[in-house]
Amino acid sequence: MITQFICRAILLGVPLLYGSTGEIITEKSGHLNLGIPGIMYVGAISGVIGAFLYEGAAAGAMNGVLAVLIPFICAVVGSILMGLIYSFLTVTLRANQNVTGLAITTFGIGLGNFFGGSLVKLTSSDLPSIALTKTSAFFSVKLPFADSLGAVGEILFSHDFLTYLAIIIAVLASFVLNKTRVGLNLRSVGENPATADAAGINVTKYKYLATCAGSAIAGLGGLQYVMSYANGVWSNNAFGDRGWMAIALVIFALWKPSFAIFGSFVFGALCNANNYIQGLGTETQELFKMLPYVVTIVVLIITSMRKKREHQPPASLGISYFREDR
Amino acid sequence: MEKKPAIELKNITKRFGARVIANKNVNLTAYRGEILSILGENGSGKTTLMNMISGIYFPDEGQIFVDGEEAVILSPKDAFSYRIGMIHQHFKLVDVFSAAENIVLGIEDGKYNLKNSIKDITAISEQYGFDIQPEKKIYSMSVSEKQTVEIIKVLYRGADILILDEPTAVLTPQETEKLFNILRNMRDDGKCIIIITHKLHEVLSLSDRVAVLRKGEYVGTVNTAETNESELTEMMVGKKVELNIHRSEPKNSVDRLQVNGLTCVDRQGATVLDDVSFTAKSGEILGIAGIAGSGQRELLEAIAGLQHLSNGEITYINPNDGKLENLRDKTPVQIRDMGVRLSFVPEDRLGMGLVGNMDIVDNMLLRSYTKGKSIFLQRKAPKDLAMKIIKDLEVVTPGANTPVRRLSGGNVQKVLVGREIAASPTVLMVAYPVRGLDINSSYTIYNLLNEQKEKGVAIIFVGEDLDVLVELCDRIMVIGSGRITGVVDARTTTKEEIGLLMTKSKEDGKETANG
Repeated sequence: MITQFICRAILLGVPLLYGSTGEIITEKSGHLNLGIPGIMYVGAISGVIGAFLYEGAAAGAMNGVLAVLIPFICAVVGSILMGLIYSFLTVTLRANQNVTGLAITTFGIGLGNFFGGSLVKLTSSDLPSIALTKTSAFFSVKLPFADSLGAVGEILFSHDFLTYLAIIIAVLASFVLNKTRVGLNLRSVGENPATADAAGINVTKYKYLATCAGSAIAGLGGLQYVMSYANGVWSNNAFGDRGWMAIALVIFALWKPSFAIFGSFVFGALCNANNYIQGLGTETQELFKMLPYVVTIVVLIITSMRKKREHQPPASLGISYFREDR
Repeated sequence: MEKKPAIELKNITKRFGARVIANKNVNLTAYRGEILSILGENGSGKTTLMNMISGIYFPDEGQIFVDGEEAVILSPKDAFSYRIGMIHQHFKLVDVFSAAENIVLGIEDGKYNLKNSIKDITAISEQYGFDIQPEKKIYSMSVSEKQTVEIIKVLYRGADILILDEPTAVLTPQETEKLFNILRNMRDDGKCIIIITHKLHEVLSLSDRVAVLRKGEYVGTVNTAETNESELTEMMVGKKVELNIHRSEPKNSVDRLQVNGLTCVDRQGATVLDDVSFTAKSGEILGIAGIAGSGQRELLEAIAGLQHLSNGEITYINPNDGKLENLRDKTPVQIRDMGVRLSFVPEDRLGMGLVGNMDIVDNMLLRSYTKGKSIFLQRKAPKDLAMKIIKDLEVVTPGANTPVRRLSGGNVQKVLVGREIAASPTVLMVAYPVRGLDINSSYTIYNLLNEQKEKGVAIIFVGEDLDVLVELCDRIMVIGSGRITGVVDARTTTKEEIGLLMTKSKEDGKETANG
């Protein structure tokens, strides 16, 4: 049962890891993208549309590589488009980031539900959902030796490739942010854009790139949710508040992608704990679901008290940059 | 040694909008192996001119030549490719980065390797005598260390034309001298150094030649060795200015305000004032010197009733009946109701002193709105006062109903000081009253303070320019890290003595007190 609990925690944590890695990269450029929940939702529905169309077109004879690649690319493209809307509004037009982000979330969820509802109608099924079980099967291909290694194999090797990709992306993001010139430049843009500008760094370019790359990564979280967690079944609003949890995880991880890997599994475990504790009523279950947020608040309190500058959000987070404002 | 021109400016003109001309037909040459000072009052276009060389602005007319060839400088990056580096007055550093990270920021060529960069940085530091720890974070650095990082930043990029915008504004005399030695080393190394300043004595002690700007126009260049302070001032202002601050002997000086064992802790739990004791006397100016942020602001705010004290006493001696009044833990209104006439000119003029969006009359009203019995505001008296201040202090304003924030810094200060003096105070506290003011406005303020002193007001003057403190005040109290490190007689002390006391923060320096 412990093995099952851990595996479940990882499965639940992966969408959060994608979302928070994406959000960390975006926030490092000084943009608080509250549109992440909407962008993840759009990533999910884009993947679903891609898979739906391919399943229909291939009619049984599905190619494994294409079955994975098409939804993957659709999810990335869909979420990048959302990221572009956000960056155009906040970087180029210097709109308020919070308002824009919330609008993107509302818009993204509406967009997802619209297409989700439309697809359900196309399948003319009785249930308000679309099942893409064939595509999902290709997504959840496990490593061949996973079953032969017992509990260790199950915990470490039994996951779908999107789980490993999430960890690889987070490790990579951590490396790029801390060890490369691109990362140094990006961090300087989020800390002090005027300084970055004076040093010859193209602030607008970095802000756009960080927001779009962050959105693409977050969108994959939506895809992982539908294809792996939900076994390819899309129903409107099932994604829940995972997007907000990803944003909370950014704070929990102190804006460090490497911490987010660990944090996402903690969050996954906390979200899931209520299912593994006996004798909980519906009302106490809801209390348990609060845990990730409670932990985030505790982390916020501790870091605010310790005041270590490295653990604070980027200094210019949420502030639009305009060169001629001095 | 024959000198080669490093930078030549020919007929440079820069306009902002249709009406504002920041620079007009400026011709200027700076040579290699020399230190050139650009001297001018605030708003004379010094910084704008230098910003055109460093690629922040582009001139509307005229040409820039670097090493004899015409240069088109469109961005700071272009400036670097001509080996021009500018050290701005407001540092452009990322706080959470280390010195080394800030120094290499934005450099595109070669592989990113911080360890090699640190070696190069150390080599540069040793060559010119900088004192720097490349891995120290900026937020834990002093102002002077930050400035060092800025200078190394441009040297690291290979700049050999260095422009420094008011580099000494934030430094102690000792740090200034250290910086000047480094600049001299660089000059001897064949670099061209351009320094923007309005401090005359620095110009005279450091530079080889001085170029003077007045209202955006180029007045002329003189060799430092062949000039003196009054000639330079005349070039700067366009007319002769009496440079000596008038200082009268204190008359009938009696104790007015006694501060005893004042201790104050800020929100973060750090002690900002530690056992501060002193006496302010009527008819004298008590200067307070210290590095910015040593507790000067908290001290004045504590007396004005704006800071909570954890310990200590503030006693006011009423000049009418000699009664002692305790001001501790009283609000400004309570202090006023006790009949204590305390005026405070805070350093943050438009934050604490005046309301920027309100006009001069309404700002006067802020001090008198509780007067009168009617439920409506009494506007007549403040209006008269506003007109009087505008007339007496020569405030340049379109009218009494202009929002204060539209006035220039000097005029804002005149309005604020005028209002505070109009309350006929017995204790007047001023913090950095001439910061950002040109020479003429500064002298207006000094004269106002002297007038008040002669009327028997006890004046507490927090200043940053030690030359002014030494000339204006009667006694100077030096504060370092929230402690009094010494009280000296302004008539006999030297800047160096004050500078030493400013950096002495740990030991108790009360023994040096005299007067």
